[in-house]
Amino acid sequence: MMFVPGNNPGMMADAHIYGPDSIMLDLEDSVTLAEKDTARLLVYNALKSVDYGDTEMVVRINPLNTPYGKKDIEAVVKAGVDVIRMPKTETAEEVVEVEREIERVERELGCVGRTQIMAAIESALGICNAYAIATASPRMMGIALGAEDYCANLKTQRTPDGDELRLARETIVVAARAAGIAALDTVYSNLDDMETFRKEVEYIHRLGFDGKSIINPRQIEVVNEVFAPTEKAIEKARTILAAIREAEKKGSGVIAVNGKMVDRPVVIRAQRTIDLAIASGILKEEDV
Amino acid sequence: MSSITQRAPLAEKAAEKLNKKVSHPETIVKDPTPRMELQKESPKLATLDEAIRRSGLKDGMTISFHHHFRGGDKVVNLVVGRLAEMGFKDLHLAASSLSDVHAPLIKHIENGVITRISTSGLRGQLADRISRGLMQEPVIFRSHGGRGSAIASGDLHIDVAFLGASSSDPLGNACGYSRSENAKSICGSLGYALPDAQYADKVVVLTDDLVAYPNTPCSISERQVDYVVEIDSVGDSSKISSGAIRDSKNPRDILLAQKAAKVIINSGYFKDGFSIQTGTGGASLAAVKYIRQSMIDRGIKASFALGGITAHMVKLHEEGLIERLIDVQSFDKVAAESLKTDMMHKEVSANEYASADEPGSAVHYLDIVILSALEVDVNFNVNVLVGSDGIIRGAIGGHPDTAADSALSIIVCPLLRGRIPCVVDEVTTLITPGSSVDVIVTEYGIAVNPRRPELAERLRAAGLDVTEITALRDKALSVIGTPAPLPFGDRVVGVVMNRDGNVLDVIRNIAD
Repeated sequence: MMFVPGNNPGMMADAHIYGPDSIMLDLEDSVTLAEKDTARLLVYNALKSVDYGDTEMVVRINPLNTPYGKKDIEAVVKAGVDVIRMPKTETAEEVVEVEREIERVERELGCVGRTQIMAAIESALGICNAYAIATASPRMMGIALGAEDYCANLKTQRTPDGDELRLARETIVVAARAAGIAALDTVYSNLDDMETFRKEVEYIHRLGFDGKSIINPRQIEVVNEVFAPTEKAIEKARTILAAIREAEKKGSGVIAVNGKMVDRPVVIRAQRTIDLAIASGILKEEDV
Repeated sequence: MSSITQRAPLAEKAAEKLNKKVSHPETIVKDPTPRMELQKESPKLATLDEAIRRSGLKDGMTISFHHHFRGGDKVVNLVVGRLAEMGFKDLHLAASSLSDVHAPLIKHIENGVITRISTSGLRGQLADRISRGLMQEPVIFRSHGGRGSAIASGDLHIDVAFLGASSSDPLGNACGYSRSENAKSICGSLGYALPDAQYADKVVVLTDDLVAYPNTPCSISERQVDYVVEIDSVGDSSKISSGAIRDSKNPRDILLAQKAAKVIINSGYFKDGFSIQTGTGGASLAAVKYIRQSMIDRGIKASFALGGITAHMVKLHEEGLIERLIDVQSFDKVAAESLKTDMMHKEVSANEYASADEPGSAVHYLDIVILSALEVDVNFNVNVLVGSDGIIRGAIGGHPDTAADSALSIIVCPLLRGRIPCVVDEVTTLITPGSSVDVIVTEYGIAVNPRRPELAERLRAAGLDVTEITALRDKALSVIGTPAPLPFGDRVVGVVMNRDGNVLDVIRNIAD
């Protein structure tokens, strides 16, 4: 998910050409108070007029307790945004409030249920409430970590190893999995240190995150490389899926591939590998 | 058996038959001066004023310059300034190129010192004023290869060439670098100055490092030089380019470079022994970085890299991935230093580089060239000279030469520059005809010239996003809308010469 400032038309116009899975146009922290209205208008028009193809479009709105939050929701829902990202989410009630606003606008438009919600968790209280937030609405599609505010709240700071974020990251992955939604990691902002960035992406991939937030197209390649399954893994997944299809035809539930038992979790993992291979462009849908 | 005296009548007869006289060796006077001292009295050493006077320069004649110091050049302004003070008028200035730094020429044009210009390019204030009709006579634009041919054929006759050099001995053996401790400047190759040195009636070398004879190896030979003038500075080398490799961090450049690299790798020309040239745009420079890994992985080496040589190319050469560097112009200090020290890094003249009528010119043996563009159109024509605002802001360079003669020409061009569409219905000015352009790479897709269906097939098979050029134009228009037509006037301010010496297009003045 690539962050793009909502007050920069040049960046918004062609952010999709770099191939991120989703683009988050920001109305919150990257926009000064004086530019909130301009940025909202720009983001509205970008969503309406730029052909972003099949890139998932997300807008980070201002919190509802500011004078901008409601206006943001109204504008971007009308523009047909896929996902609204809530900043600094601390409780399930906040999600419900945002949902209520979305639904009000959607009802006007006659498209109730179209807009999904993602919540960024950026405080200790938010982490404590992670599962409640993740399950606060059927519109919830993911939760994400916002590390800078979280560290400030925790009275610590970010380090290259990320020890200070361990609990938050694990909590977010567990809560997201428990709720059946996606888990997204925070940004890494030193563009000149690709090595540490890669290590961080490898680490959060191991933790179970579904993706990484990025601030520059140059970071896309690394994320894709880390998240893309290896040829060996793809081959193994294809064998498993082929075997299970064969078994289903014959009516047997549990099978063995290469002498190892294949049960439901193994099949789910194999399917996920194939899905990722397609998403990373390694496999074409017709090849599967 | 006979003495010299006895043979004298026979010598008289032999001389008569050869229509010569008999020589009297006793008239030879030996000069005992130590030679280090003697060379300081070289008859070629002169002040700038003396050199100008002795050269026989007159009003109405043609003077020439090279542009190897690019934005750091000091020779053009110095010489033309002095010519103006000496009262010369109606001169034809024939430079290999002109840039922002030559804005002082405006006042010399206004005062009638310079009345005609031939060049590869114009930039900055000078370009702006000329685009608005500063000169009565249109500027003649030629490609680098075209200029070499025109000088050789006499189409462009140079009366006096003023050639800056980073070192010269008192006899005129001159280079674009210096081996002395007093070196003040470095520009590397003097390739664009070599036709001038060879064909101009008189050649004045200006140097900021007068070194002892013999300054070998050298680019310009003493045999071509009439006067040597020592001056404080010929150019600011730091303005040629930075001293080190600069990797573009612009994500769009990187994206374009990656796509161009994929085109090269899957083009069918990426084979052991291939040859390559890149332009100076961020994206085409970066493309080299992305083919490097594939060269290593597949064990492919290039036989030569051509053109403006950059630090990137030097690095690949030093890694053993490119056997030879053929250098008509060194684009940065790393390349200039390499030319000085590496015997596999060869300097060539503009003619040997890119002339259409020179059978051995290197472009004839060039496989792949990656070039940039200001605009391309649906017929694959390219404009690199005149901006979308109708103002001259570029240089033809070797663009049409390399595109025409290479086996594969790739133009890397963003679809949009801010609010300017770069894929259009028709280019503002025709510089490189579409018939010589094979592939256009944009961030929104790759267009292949319909003349090259086999190429399109290969790129499609490799999974590249090959699309129609008209689809790219439509995409640009859908984002930006149709721009208003440019307010051109009725005067012709520039004539674009084709590399064969004929006229290709004209540039009209832009109205305010």
